[in-house]
Amino acid sequence: MSERAVELEVLRYNPETDREPRFQRYSVTCREEWVVLDALNHIKETVDPTLSYRWSCHMAVCGSCGMMINGEPKLACKAFLREYRGVIRVEPLAHFPIQRDLVTVIDDFMDKLARVKPYLIPKHEKPLAEGEYRQTPAELKKFKQYSMCINCMLCYAACPEYGLIPKYIGPAAIALAHRYNQDSRDGGRDARQEEIASTEGVWECSFVGACSEVCPEHVDPAGAIQQVKIKSTVDWYKEHLMPWLKK
Amino acid sequence: MARSNKPIVWGPFAAGGTLTAFLTPVLIVLTLLAALGHPPDALGYERLHALARYPFFKFGLAGVIGFSLWSAAHRLRITAYDLGVRADTLVAALLYAAALAGTGAAIYHLLRI
Amino acid sequence: MAEEVNRRPYVREMGWRWIFRHPRYVRYMLREFSCLFIGGYTLIMVWGLKQLAEGPAAWQAFLEWLRSPASIVFHVVALGFALYHSITWFNLTPKAMPLQLGEDFVADGLISGAHFAGWAAVSLAVLYFAGAF
Repeated sequence: MSERAVELEVLRYNPETDREPRFQRYSVTCREEWVVLDALNHIKETVDPTLSYRWSCHMAVCGSCGMMINGEPKLACKAFLREYRGVIRVEPLAHFPIQRDLVTVIDDFMDKLARVKPYLIPKHEKPLAEGEYRQTPAELKKFKQYSMCINCMLCYAACPEYGLIPKYIGPAAIALAHRYNQDSRDGGRDARQEEIASTEGVWECSFVGACSEVCPEHVDPAGAIQQVKIKSTVDWYKEHLMPWLKK
Repeated sequence: MARSNKPIVWGPFAAGGTLTAFLTPVLIVLTLLAALGHPPDALGYERLHALARYPFFKFGLAGVIGFSLWSAAHRLRITAYDLGVRADTLVAALLYAAALAGTGAAIYHLLRI
Repeated sequence: MAEEVNRRPYVREMGWRWIFRHPRYVRYMLREFSCLFIGGYTLIMVWGLKQLAEGPAAWQAFLEWLRSPASIVFHVVALGFALYHSITWFNLTPKAMPLQLGEDFVADGLISGAHFAGWAAVSLAVLYFAGAF
């Protein structure tokens, strides 16, 4: 296996000693087939044990290692060194406060996920005696894509509206709400509308589409958001222009 | 968190965006042909004036202009915010008012024909 | 319970230069800016209606302004932006209105393709009835 010399320019920030972040350059020898995460691990193990970052599965399913690599939100375990030339710039995920080095404060994201009521809210109470919920392949396909989110937050880093308006609930949260709204077993759309049809919900989105472009699981949150916008608009006009219509 | 009233402004924006996507390019081509010295027959005064006397035409054109202006105003409002202009309520009021004024002017002149 | 630790997170400012951070943001801004030209052209239409209402001489003045270099440049630029708006709009339509037939969803290309075909038909119809050819 061949090796290559790699230079990483990593944004460092120590909240205990630094006033602001600064770049630190590392030169390491890496294996040809490595990803950026491997290079970071190599640096941490052999050069600088103080370098902090989140990671776990190393196979693009846990969503832990999201960071900006050459200005683009990517999973560090999926960013192959061979795709890059020259110095590789590594920064924490955009639009999130920096806790330390490449570790961001994700409390806002976690709050927002919980707010959209991401669990099945059945239409009626169904006693065990009535048996299980049955779902056809067609009904499954209606929401499956939106269930693939690994909560990696790349979409929040890509979304300029989230960067400009921190209150915006964001792509992943709305896609998650949509996943439940589209599930035939669910009857909780009305409850979720309070969160996602609010001003800080879908209406901050201007359909840039960056979220769907960077999503490693092809969830297409942008599509989910537009679908919610259209449904919410139809609902609104029905409610205000035809109030006699029962829900 | 209450449900937003944004659909009031977004609905017409979406309608206008669709309308302009279908119509604006060909309309520009019509006047561009006139600009290049080959005006289509319909842009001759006699024909256009006669056509514009039909209520159906007035209504249709007013609708196209109204939704087109509204859609442009809404998009410009979003763009202003994207570029850092924080006074969203003021920008929105100005732009939507301009769109309505333009539509009002169109209706006024259409009614004169 | 441990005492509260001041985490001192660092918040990075966004500014407005984000639009140049990646080609996709530039393309987004171009798409958004099309509204200036579409809105501008529609205002020219309103002015044209005014001239039409004021009689043949006023209408002639309008046609003469159309022939001016400023007008021609505006038309060409506006046409470019209007086309960009149409293309991006129709390409995004399938994302907003997915169509499930049976188990599968209709391919995006089919939905936008149908819109492009409709667009071509409408445009040709307008050109024909306006006597452009």
